[in-house]
Parts: sequence; C-alpha cells; structure tokens
Amino acid sequence: MEHESRLERWLRGIALALVVTFFMFPIVWIVLMSFQTNETILRMPPSLLFTPTLSNYEALITGRLVSNAGVLEIEFMSNLMNSAILSVGSVTIALLLGVPAAYAFARHQFRGSEDIAFTLLSFRFAPPLLVLLPLTLYFQELGLADTYVGLIWVYQLICLPLILWIVRGYFEDISPDVEYAYRISGHSWWATFRDIALPLARPGIAAAGLLAFIFAWNNFIFALVLASADKQPVTVGALAFVTASGIQYGQIAAAIVLSIAPTLALALYAQRYLVEGLSLGAVKG
Amino acid sequence: MTDGRPQPALTLDRVNKIYRPKGKPPVRAVVELSLAMNRGEIVALLGSSGCGKTSTLRMIAGFEPVTAGSIRLAGRDIHQLPPARRHVAMAFEGYSLYPPLTVRDNIAFALKAKRLARDEVARRVQEVAHLLDIEDVLERYPSSISGGQQQRASLGRALIREADLHLLDEPMGQLEPQLRALLRGRIKHFIKERGLTVILVTHDQTEANALADRIAVMENGVLQQFAEPASLRQRPANLFTGTFIGEPPMNVLEADVAVTERELRFHLADGVTLGYPHTAFEQAACAALLRRGRVVLGIRPHAVRLAPTGAPARVEVNQWLGDQSHVAATFAGSMLVTVEHRRVPMAPGDVIGVAFAPEDLHVFDIDSGAAIVHGRRAA
Repeated sequence: MEHESRLERWLRGIALALVVTFFMFPIVWIVLMSFQTNETILRMPPSLLFTPTLSNYEALITGRLVSNAGVLEIEFMSNLMNSAILSVGSVTIALLLGVPAAYAFARHQFRGSEDIAFTLLSFRFAPPLLVLLPLTLYFQELGLADTYVGLIWVYQLICLPLILWIVRGYFEDISPDVEYAYRISGHSWWATFRDIALPLARPGIAAAGLLAFIFAWNNFIFALVLASADKQPVTVGALAFVTASGIQYGQIAAAIVLSIAPTLALALYAQRYLVEGLSLGAVKG
Repeated sequence: MTDGRPQPALTLDRVNKIYRPKGKPPVRAVVELSLAMNRGEIVALLGSSGCGKTSTLRMIAGFEPVTAGSIRLAGRDIHQLPPARRHVAMAFEGYSLYPPLTVRDNIAFALKAKRLARDEVARRVQEVAHLLDIEDVLERYPSSISGGQQQRASLGRALIREADLHLLDEPMGQLEPQLRALLRGRIKHFIKERGLTVILVTHDQTEANALADRIAVMENGVLQQFAEPASLRQRPANLFTGTFIGEPPMNVLEADVAVTERELRFHLADGVTLGYPHTAFEQAACAALLRRGRVVLGIRPHAVRLAPTGAPARVEVNQWLGDQSHVAATFAGSMLVTVEHRRVPMAPGDVIGVAFAPEDLHVFDIDSGAAIVHGRRAA
C-alpha cells in the first residue's frame, strides 16, 4: 500500500467518486426536491437552480397541506411518532429477550439448541407475506390487530433473529476462561453474565440493536397490513401523499428526509460499532 | 467426625465423566477415578492430551458436571456446588484475563471481594508479581502483553487467593524453558511456604517431577499410577507408566521365560538369549516370572550397558547432543536406545555389545501390562 504510484491514487480516487455518486445521488436529489415546490420539481428539463422553500416541511409539521384542490390533513407527525414507538419498543424487547438467549446459545450446548437457533434465523428467510396472511386472521381473533403490542410482537420477526445471531457471535468470541476465572473467584453465573460477558459484548450488542432499529424503522409491509391509519409508521404514512389530485412530490421528499434522518444520524454516530459488530469474529478486543 | 488421622484435603471417589456429543458415540473422558490428596500437598495430573486430566480439573473446579461419583474438599461434598461456592482458585492455560482491567487490577481482583486494606492488596500483588517476574507489566492491559506474561498474570491471580485448593492448568506452557525452570523453583517455594494444596495439570514430566509431591499418571481417562516421582520411575506399576515416564522412553522387548539348571533365561526375538544366574532375582520374582512364560522386558536407555562381551546390536544412529550420546541400535528385532554421558565413537553399521544388569530390569505381564518384577524383586 505504501508504494502506490500517483496514477494508482488517481484511479482509486475516481473509482471512489463514482461509487459515492452512484449511491449518494438519490439521497441528494431527494434532499433537493424537499426544498422545492411541485411546479419546480416537475418542470422539464430539471434544473439544479431554484428558490428553496420550506413550505413542504411546514406542511408536514403543521399537518395541513393547502393545495389547489383544497386543504389536506396530513398525519405525518403522528406517523413519525408511531415509527419511533414501534422501533424503540421492538428493539428494546428484542434486546431483553435476544441478548440472554444469545448468551445461552453461545455458552451452552443443550438438546436442540442449534435447531432452535436456526429456526429463529429462518424467520428471516420467509417472505413476510407468507406470515402476514394467517397472522392477520389470528390477530383479528385475538384483538391484536391494529395495536402497538401486536405490531411490536410481529416486529420481533425482524429484530430478534438479527440480535440473537450477531450477539451470539460476540459472546462466542469471549474466551470462556475469562468467565470461568470470574466465577471461580466467587461470583454467580448471573453476576458473570452481567459484569463480564455483557460489557465485553457491548459493541456487538450496540451494532445489533442499531441494525434491528433500522430494519424495524424501514419496515413497510407489516404495518401496511396490520395497522390502521392512527398506528401507521412513516413508511406507510408517506402513501398519503399520493392523492386523488396528484402526487405531492415535494412533501414526499420532505417526509423521506425527515424519516431517514433519525436512522442516518444513529448510523453515523455508531458507525464504528456497526463495522465492528458486523465483521463478527474478525475483530477482537 | 475425625478419628485422629489427618483428613485428606481432597477426595475424588469413583469420579466419571462421559461426554455425549450429538450424533457421535459417547466419550468416556474420565473413568472411575479415585484419588485422595493431603492438605499442603502438590499433586500433578500428568498425561498426554486427551487423557482426562483437564476434564478432571474442570470437574473439581465446577465447570463440568460430574457424570458419576463424588468430590469432597475440606470436609464438604462440592461436586454439586456452583464454582463460586467451592472455595477453589484456578490458573488458566489460555487467555483468561479480563481485557478492560490492567494486569494489576486483574490480579488484585480476587482480593477485592475480601475487603482487604488497600496497602495489603498492593503488598500482596507486588509479592506475586515479583515472584512471577511480571512487575514491569502490572500497569499494562492484557492485550498489550505477551502470551507468557498473560499466563503468569493468570497464575498470579490464582496464587494470590486464599482457597482450600489451587488448580493450575498447564500454568507454564507458554513460557521460555529458562524462565520455566526459574519459576518452578520459586513457585514451589511459595506454595510450600504458605502450605497451599495444589493440583497441577501438565503434560511435561520435568514440570511434574520438579513441582509435585506425588504424580497421578492418566491415560484414556484411567488413573494408571499415583505415586511419588522417584517411585514412578523406579517402580512403574504398568507398561504404560514405564514407557511414559522417562526421556528417552524405556526400551521394550518381548521375551519367553525359561529356566535351566544354572540360569533363568529370557529368549528374545532373532535367537537372542539373556541369561541370569538364579540368584540374580529373589525367589518370589523368579516364581512370578516362570508363572507367566511370556513377558515384556523394560530397560531404561540410561541403564543399557555397552559391553564387548554383551549381546550384539547393530548401530543405526549415533547422535551427540553436546552432553550425551544417544545411540539407537537394532537389537533382537527391535530398536534399542542407549544413553551414554560421553561421546562414543560409533558409526552406523558398527556392531556393539549390550548388557542389562538384573537390577535395571523391569518385567511386565504381556497381556495386562501390569508390572511383575522391578530390579531383582517382585513388583
């Protein structure tokens, strides 16, 4: 690496620029759109020059969209709130259940342990629709349809396997002798889990939690089918901008910017954990 | 409760460990192991890898459940207690230090629970750090020190504790030979000074001989012999211990026993015969030999004598190791190794004469491997 020529540096720079442009362009475009009115967005040919406006954000935050066709009520802020409730709730529960389970799977070989762990992972293989149809019927019977509890429960299909498998790898990386040494000096297995295993696996737990949060936040199909308007997260709520009188591109763009902002901020903040957590066994303390 | 005799510190009574891996036949790691050791004694569990010594240690520590049998420590049945309540300290072979703490804190950790004064903790840490030659890394973190230093820190963390029993699992496996030799002496002194009761697991005979009061030799999960180091060497209970203890290993030759008017004879392969006067062996030994008919002779390389009048052997290899010669020769259809503490002028192909004094002979049963005769006496 030290002996790379100027040409190699240039080529590398160009390649990086291309990749970054390819991935960042849609996001940049959306951000630009969110500061424009529908008229400037739709003009042909499109232009990067426009007078920025905050009207899209204003409409979203106040919940009132005034257009030629009249006044449209927007539920966006409550959608955002729902997203937060659902994601935080699901990740919290998935961490509470998944981290101890991951520890058990990592440390104890019990009858059927691999089978159970694999079954949990297999939830991620099935197309969500497969689960949704029967689930809808059951949920209606049980009164869980259109409740936060019901949705958070279903979101465990997304969060739990992710947390279980990432955190398990982390626990497996901790030398069992570190824990044995602690136990034999007079501590219970619970104290060992709390004082030794949990702190050592913290980067993994953080990464898994973050990923689970992002997946939960981005989920569309579960909430679309199982929740009515007042429980819907932003992913579903954004559909409201497709109205009879046209598609409100400006507001959609602003809604997208607002809804990816929290996950983006979290991901940037915890970038180091994410990289460490996702490379599993490759990184050791 | 006591009948006047000292109570053994640790008693293993018919302890078994059977692993049942999924989809594979069960593995009997430890079989009917019974063993009692005294307070203040150092016992080495010696054996090759997979012999059951580490499983035994882990059962005593409480990391593995006992399949059958019982373990008593200091008058308490401990085999069902969690590790925390067994009052046992342990030094680990591998990486067992807590990464976020410095070496000093790792060692002091075991004392923190006891609420000792800060000065006292510091003094004791200093003491074991000095003992183990790790004073210079006390403030470093485990990830920044060598494997050998980590191992010594783990050993220090165990030795600093007060416990009914100290378990040392290959405590010096990663150290340089010179350092190992130095530390063996220091550690033994430290242990004896404090009267600690210690079980040492090792595959290194030198370490076992140097540190232990008694050695338990294990193979395939079975205790082969439990005796003092000298007695293991002089009176091995069976062929396994005989060939396992000692370096280079004991030479082994199959023989038919026969008796004539003048001699007791061992007929080896290739028509080689070793003859000894009847008086060479005690009467009981003679009788035991004749009862068997066919036996295995064992002779240690150091005990093979080079004698021009001896039975002929053809030299294959002659290695000068700087302070001793190892000569390997074909003798009676087998390879015979001899050690001479001088440089011997022999080349491959030379024919030499070898002789075995009766006091150096070990004789084993050909089927069971049990010792029949050591030297001139019946085993």
